Order: sequence, then structure tokens, then C-alpha cells
Amino acid sequence: MIFQFEGLLDFLTMSGHGSYVWASYAVTLLALMFLIIIPIHQKKQLAIQIKRQQRIESSVINERKILGSRHASGS
Amino acid sequence: MNWQWFHRLGSPRWFYEKTSAWSPWLACLALLLLVVGAVWGLGFAPMDSKQGNSYRIIYIHVPAAFLALVGYYVMAIAGAVGLIWKMKLSYIVMKSAAPIGAVLTFIALVTGAVWGKPTWGTWWVWDARITSMLILFFLYLGVIALQGAYQSRDLGNKSGAMLSLVGMINVPIIYKSVDWWFTLHQPATLKLTGGSSIDPSMAYPLLIMIAGFYCLYAWLLMLWTRVEVLEQEQKTQWVKALFTHR
Repeated sequence: MIFQFEGLLDFLTMSGHGSYVWASYAVTLLALMFLIIIPIHQKKQLAIQIKRQQRIESSVINERKILGSRHASGS
Repeated sequence: MNWQWFHRLGSPRWFYEKTSAWSPWLACLALLLLVVGAVWGLGFAPMDSKQGNSYRIIYIHVPAAFLALVGYYVMAIAGAVGLIWKMKLSYIVMKSAAPIGAVLTFIALVTGAVWGKPTWGTWWVWDARITSMLILFFLYLGVIALQGAYQSRDLGNKSGAMLSLVGMINVPIIYKSVDWWFTLHQPATLKLTGGSSIDPSMAYPLLIMIAGFYCLYAWLLMLWTRVEVLEQEQKTQWVKALFTHR
């Protein structure tokens, strides 16, 4: 196997077809990155949402405890 | 007969936990194959005597188009399994397969157009292969839209599955379009039976790229399905525990 081009410039221009070839590979790379980023972002958002939910729930429970103990000491 | 494994297969939680270990390996394998295939195809495969260097687009165009078709079957079969056995997981797989398939079809269409310019002298022709591929793109978008169009998730799932099953007729039409109609598109490069029309020095990187796209597809489907499982099961205890004990 040998490298088919004479140097980097020849590899980039591909005797006139470079722009077509590289544009195709660039679009493909971008589209595939999109497919990878979307679910990772979605998972992060979900994690934030669930943690926030849990903080609210635990603060509600704590409040009830404080209210409950006040009520008990007051009577 | 013991059918326990079959029911477990339908459990989103079981799927999530089983695939945790596979995911990074599959991603590495896909990356390795794609890098090797792309470098080989771009730099080391010989130049085509008729098309010059523009033919190097084949190394992404063919694998993307191929997986777009395979992905449609994956989506339709997942939909059918959901309709027949009412499996929760299969609808999630169907939902995940739709955007992946749509993007792969998009890649095939765009790279095809870019390849068409230096080869045929035009970006676009309304011929059988290209038009049926465009229909595939709209079918994917249709399934995404239909599945999300209902208030009831169950109704959306069923409608999406129905549409993907009906649209399955398009896949053999795409495959055979270059033989049935007069078209600018060149006939199949690789054939399982009979001789391929490509020299081995050009075919090896193509085969590596197809294998790479297969692995990438499997990994992406897994990734999307896993997140969708979490999304739909977020009210359950096991998902909540997943995000707290860290």
C-alpha cells in the first residue's frame, strides 16, 4: 500500500475534486456528531431534573419534621 | 419451554443494566474501524480511472445508505414486535431508530448530491434511486412526527409502528431501483452473489467502513435507547437511585 498523493497540498486538492470529497466527509462528521451529542445532552438534562426533584422532595420532608417537632414541643 | 428470557428482554431496566458494559467497547470498535477505513479510503486506495478522486465519497455514501436501509428494517421490526407482544422496550427502540435512520438517509442524500456534481454534472436528478431515497427520508420524519403527535404515548407508538410497517415496501424498491428503471445512478458496487464491480484494493476499505458504520449504528441505537429508557422510567425508583448514589 502506498500513499496516492504527492504531499499534503495534493491530498487536500485531490486534483480538483478535493472540495467535493472533503465537503462530503465534513457534512458526515457533523451529522454523526449531532447524533452523539443529542442523547448525551438529554441525559444530562434528565439528571439535573431528577436531582432538583429530589432536593424539593427532601426539603419538604425536612420542613415537615421541623414543623412536627415544634408542634410536639409547643404542646 | 422457559420464556423468561423473552420477557426479560422486554424490560427497559434489564436492557439498561446489560448494555452498560458493552457501550464503551462498541464505541471504540466503531471509531477504530471508521478511522482505519477513512484513512485507507481517502489516502491509500487507488484513484478511479473514470471518476478520478471524487469516487472517494463512496466510502461514506455507500455505508450510510446501506445502514439507512438496514435501520428502516430495525425500526419496522421493533414496531411490529411492539404491536404483537406489547413490549415497552421495542417501542423505545423504534423511537430511537427513527432519528438515527433519518440522519443516515440525510448523509446518503447529501454525499450523493455532492458526488453527483463532478460525476454527472448536476447536484440532483429526479430518478428512481434518488427519489425513493428521499421518500425514505420523509418516512423516517413521518414516523418521528406521528409517534409524538398524540397525547397518549400508547396511541403514538401504535401509529408510528403502523406507518413504519407500511413504509417497509419502499426498502426493496430502493434496493432494486437501479435495475428496474433507467437511472443515472450506478448499479450496486458490492454483491453477495456473483462478482462485484470493484477491485479488491478499493473494496477492502469499503468493507471496513461498512463494518464501522454497522458498529456505529449499533452503538448509536444503544445510546439513544438507553437515554429514552431513563426518560420514560424517570419516575421509577431504580432510575432515581441511579442519579443519587454518585
